[in-house]
Amino acid sequence: MTTALLILISLVTLGAAATAMVLRNLIHSVLLLIGSWIGVSVFYLWAGAEFVAFAQVLVYVGAVSMVVLFAVLLTRRSRSDISVSRDSASRAISAVLVGACVLGVLLYGVVFSALPNPGARRPNASVHQLGMELLGPHAASLIIIGMILTVATLGGVVIASAEAGAKTEDPS
Amino acid sequence: MNGHGLQLCLAFSSLLFCVGLAGSLSRSNSILVLLGIELMLNAANLNFIAFWRYGQAPAPATGVIFVAFSVAVAAAEAAVGLALVIAVYRRQKNIRLQEAVRLKG
Repeated sequence: MTTALLILISLVTLGAAATAMVLRNLIHSVLLLIGSWIGVSVFYLWAGAEFVAFAQVLVYVGAVSMVVLFAVLLTRRSRSDISVSRDSASRAISAVLVGACVLGVLLYGVVFSALPNPGARRPNASVHQLGMELLGPHAASLIIIGMILTVATLGGVVIASAEAGAKTEDPS
Repeated sequence: MNGHGLQLCLAFSSLLFCVGLAGSLSRSNSILVLLGIELMLNAANLNFIAFWRYGQAPAPATGVIFVAFSVAVAAAEAAVGLALVIAVYRRQKNIRLQEAVRLKG
């Protein structure tokens, strides 16, 4: 039963991701990718990591998707610009070849290596326990992550903001 | 069927990784390339959770904490990447990767 559920979750997630990568309409691609992120968070719920599932929904489905949609809408010139022109076929074929080769190597490693399998052991990490760990042994890394996020957000604002008074020169 | 749970999870994450890889290599729109990279990051997080669920962890919450940090770094990466896309668009009026050939502004 749980195996069937896992296969169902992975099929939905992979289908959404693969369809998003071949569509030509950018908005449709982003919406399908949001669906695949939701699928990943359902996988986290299946695995028993509720905290990570909620973090995934908050960060990806809530925040990153909005940033991506704003980037799509800010970088188009006209209403018809939302569908991207077709890429070259040789590029697509070589990309699929590279992906298939990497997939073959990865699946070979997964299938033929001796992995630990303690069965249905289910580690339980409650939110209380997580909080104690985050603020106890991992407090330094938590602060460093906060610094990275702050610096990255400030850097993003600085990069994306228009220079006031700077005259736009010809990019030729 | 319980003996193959870890293998199934790892196969799922490998497939997701390769979908992201093929997508980010085949598209020339830089937003889609960034989204493919996000898919690959998600696949790596799936691996963390799979090994946390099935492996012998030294502490009960290690995998979850690692994924939480990884999600935070991925969010920072997405913000900076999309800011770069907007900056390139402002300079070149285009976000095709083939035409973003100048690093100097």
